[in-house]
Amino acid sequence: MSDRRPDPETLLARAREEERRAGRGHLKIFFGASPGVGKTYAMLEEARAKQRAGVDVLVGVVETHGRRETAALLDGLEVLPRRPLEYHGVTLEEFDLDAALQRRPGLILVDELAHTNAPGSRHTRRFQDVEELLAAGINVYTTLNVQHLESLNDVVAQIIQVKVRETVPDSILDEADELELADLSADDLLGRLREGKVYVPEQAAHALEQFFRKGNLIALRELALRRTAQRVDAQMRGYREEHGIREIWPAAERLLVCIGPNPAGARLVRAGKRMAASLQCDWLVVSVDLPGQAVSDADRAALAQNLHLAQELGAQTATLAGQDVAAEVLAYARSQNVTKIVVGKPTHSRWRDKLFGSTLDSLVRGSGDVEVYVISGDEAEPRPPGRPAGRHSPAREYGWAALVVALCTATGALVFRQLSVTDVAMVYLLGAGLVASRYGRGPSLAAVLLSIACFDFFFVPPYLTFAVTDLRYLLTFTVMLGIALVISGLTLRIRDQAESARERERRTGALYAMSRELAAAREQGDVLAIVARHLRTSFGTDAQVLLPDGAGRLALPPGAPASFPLDDKERSVAQWVFDRGRPAGRSTDTLPAAQGLYLPLVAASGTVGVLGVRPTGEAALDDPMALRLLEAFAGQAALALERALLAERAQREQVEVEAERLRTSLLSSLSHDLRTPLAAITGAAGSLLDEQAPLASGARRELLRAILEESQRMNRLIGNLLDMIRVESGALRTQKEWQPLEEPLGVALIRLGDRLKDRAVAVDLPADLPLVPVDSVLLEQVFVNLLENAIKYTPAGSPIDVSAVRDGAVVRVRIADRGPGIPPGETERIFEKFFRSAGAPPGGGVGLGLTICRGIITAHGGRIWAENRPDGGAAFQFTLPLAGPDIPPPPPLE
Amino acid sequence: MAEPLPVVLVVEDEPQMRRFLRTALEQHGYRPVEAGTAREGLMQASGRNPDLILLDLGLPDGDGIDVARQIRARARTPIIVLSARGREPDKVAALDAGADDYLTKPFGIEELLARLRVALRHAARPEGANETVCAFGDVRVDLEKREVRRGRDAVHVTPTEYRILATLARHAGRVLTHRQLVREVWGAHAGDQTPSLRVHLNELRHKLERDPARPRYLTTEIGVGYRLRVD
Repeated sequence: MSDRRPDPETLLARAREEERRAGRGHLKIFFGASPGVGKTYAMLEEARAKQRAGVDVLVGVVETHGRRETAALLDGLEVLPRRPLEYHGVTLEEFDLDAALQRRPGLILVDELAHTNAPGSRHTRRFQDVEELLAAGINVYTTLNVQHLESLNDVVAQIIQVKVRETVPDSILDEADELELADLSADDLLGRLREGKVYVPEQAAHALEQFFRKGNLIALRELALRRTAQRVDAQMRGYREEHGIREIWPAAERLLVCIGPNPAGARLVRAGKRMAASLQCDWLVVSVDLPGQAVSDADRAALAQNLHLAQELGAQTATLAGQDVAAEVLAYARSQNVTKIVVGKPTHSRWRDKLFGSTLDSLVRGSGDVEVYVISGDEAEPRPPGRPAGRHSPAREYGWAALVVALCTATGALVFRQLSVTDVAMVYLLGAGLVASRYGRGPSLAAVLLSIACFDFFFVPPYLTFAVTDLRYLLTFTVMLGIALVISGLTLRIRDQAESARERERRTGALYAMSRELAAAREQGDVLAIVARHLRTSFGTDAQVLLPDGAGRLALPPGAPASFPLDDKERSVAQWVFDRGRPAGRSTDTLPAAQGLYLPLVAASGTVGVLGVRPTGEAALDDPMALRLLEAFAGQAALALERALLAERAQREQVEVEAERLRTSLLSSLSHDLRTPLAAITGAAGSLLDEQAPLASGARRELLRAILEESQRMNRLIGNLLDMIRVESGALRTQKEWQPLEEPLGVALIRLGDRLKDRAVAVDLPADLPLVPVDSVLLEQVFVNLLENAIKYTPAGSPIDVSAVRDGAVVRVRIADRGPGIPPGETERIFEKFFRSAGAPPGGGVGLGLTICRGIITAHGGRIWAENRPDGGAAFQFTLPLAGPDIPPPPPLE
Repeated sequence: MAEPLPVVLVVEDEPQMRRFLRTALEQHGYRPVEAGTAREGLMQASGRNPDLILLDLGLPDGDGIDVARQIRARARTPIIVLSARGREPDKVAALDAGADDYLTKPFGIEELLARLRVALRHAARPEGANETVCAFGDVRVDLEKREVRRGRDAVHVTPTEYRILATLARHAGRVLTHRQLVREVWGAHAGDQTPSLRVHLNELRHKLERDPARPRYLTTEIGVGYRLRVD
């Protein structure tokens, strides 16, 4: 092997590692071969030294096991009170993670890393607590025995004949910043044990027998020493890599472990880890997904679990897809510069390899310079019992099988006269095949046996006895049995496959249906509703999405009904999930006592929310397939939610841009409208004051008139702005009084005086028009604005008609002109603030007049609108109610 | 100098406004006296004995309406209040408190002078002495004969209409608030007769104005009251 790992890759990996570690706490593990070697003691001693050096040390949890010397070391150290947990009536005391996080010491001691927390704790395992402490930037000292290491789990089990359940991922040991071995020879340990320094005396004898046999202790010590040596070696290599010392690198080995969809893979993975560790090389774990291969849910779950285990043990994992396992594995191995391949021993019979070809064989043949190791892959754990294949009650199935055999016998009896006995055997075969195709293995086997019995009894001489004289028939029976078994086996497999395909299909279909609906959903509320509905139909669970507020606190989205109650505890679980981006709650390792399962909704921009799921039925979520599918749902939901959030943000931004545009145009138009008259006034006044060039009296008058007119224009503009502010700010108070419409209209006409003098203004107010309750000041403004509009937008000299009629409970007023009318599509927009029609003449208003009118008329309880007259021109109409809750009836007139 | 120039007290806090009024008044034969605050205004009003007071309603140190009331409590000096558009309730309050007329800012010099003339004319008249005839346009109101003529024809007006018209005629050129008119016409305890007043006034316009939609003489002071313009 001449290829060396390229430098940049190494450096990148190192950079990533540094980045990951930045801000993390420092982890030191006191590692030992067995209890009693003095790990806790060593840890406490060092902690005391640290405290003397000024470090803020907190004892999170330390088990003294009644050892006096150890307990003495606790003196003078701050000990965190444990958290009492009620479980089935027993009070257990556990490490108080939250208190520790809140206290934030510089260094915390957490004994026994492999400990399993009592139910009701946040995490199931103490090493998860430690992970969280480290993530929070707190330095941790902890202790660990070699038998708890995941990769050594099965080796240890072989040594001590006890399967250790509490294992810790190797990655924790590998990633620990420091590892200190507490070492004691087996004899010394046994001596301490006898002196009662390890366990309290009455337990010692029992413990001795179970665990502390000299042979055990030596083997464990060896394991611990070897593991520590590996670690030190890795450190040394790391140091060398960092400092560019490459001469003594061993040729880079790369190990590839192939696992299949079965529980035996775990053993292969562990073996691979050990090999990789002793070779000091990278290792990969792959599985090959064969299209069309029938894999049971349990096996699929086992595969996923084993790949996960491999990752925990530090392997890089991959799932390949292809028709030929050997070819795929070899191609991948070559692409990854793999030098050694590890596969499991085949467990099936040899003839299958002869018939279908052996994967192992082709792997070895095609491996070239890659070494192939075949190690035992026997099933370490019993397969979980599969589901019974049939769904009908067995008794009925057996009944049907018997009936089929009876029919075959009847048919055989009919044809027996004409045909040979072999044809009758065929009829039975057909029957057995039918039974196998419909029912399970039991009924088909029963059918075959029954068929043989009937065949023998009825059709094989001597008839009506089970005796067989001709030995040739024994062969017939065997063939019948064999063929029936093959048929039933095949059909059963097909049915299983179809079953699992249907299940997959159903779930994929459910996922697809949700994705399709989500694709069409635009609003956050729609997304949430779709997710909740699909989870209910596909999983039978109540589902709820929690979204963070501005401060990152999770809450129910406003308006969303709570599909299940969230107390503070559940909420805190959800919050934890959101903060850490990892699932927690029911069916997980973290906070499993929670009622609901909480999954982070992770999208491209990070965690956008949390999906809470609570099964309504019985533990529907414990099935790993269901969990995986649920995660897929969560992924889809996260993407849709993110899209909705982005869309909302985009829309908000759009609105802001629009508002900004409006503000800008308003400012520019206002500054123009205010400055133009001011410029004229300033200019004119300046000229009048200029004594160097005295003006003719005509010119003086001209300038003075300009000043006056421009001032009036500004006055109108400012009046409009002030009115607008009153309308907008809600400060518009109407002081209604009953009065004839003539009054405000007359005042408006007089106020516009000169500007209307060349117009024919036809006022048509019927004599019987009732008094109207209006605020005369405001209504006059409406008339002025509408009339001014007519003056501005219609040719000089064109007439204006003002009329009013009583229309039921309202008086309808109409101001119509003979101008060009309102451009199509703008009859509503012209009432918008600062809207100016494209055809607006220069020097027109700022686009507030009609908005003010609408504000005033609305405040009167009326309605204002615009339309074009059929025979040309625009008509503005508004209504004024004659009665209303705030208007007393008109007083009697005198 | 045959006759001393009438003294006009200007109570106004805006210097530019004071400057404009000072110039305009001096140019048209008045002697302006200035005050920038309500306090100063009250002092000047009693100390300088002005013939007329121009009183801004938005003074920094006090309510203009109060100032008007205090001045009126001591003297009959005509008061013309100055106020912005949209402050009609203030104007009505000031008028009811004793002010004689008002001007809405911004106003032109002609408007100011017309108001001054009317106010001074009313003040110059000895108390109780009423003009007997009031003419506007082609209308003549004979207050002695209680007769209204338009051109040569007698115009029939109802008694209430006549009382309204006569009240306006006696205060020709001056604004009268709704309340003042109602009290004059119906008496102090008549209650709110404003809608009736408006209806009657509308009737009068139809009888006396050439274009009732755009009245020239019986004008509405929007939100305040009515004024009979005679000039």
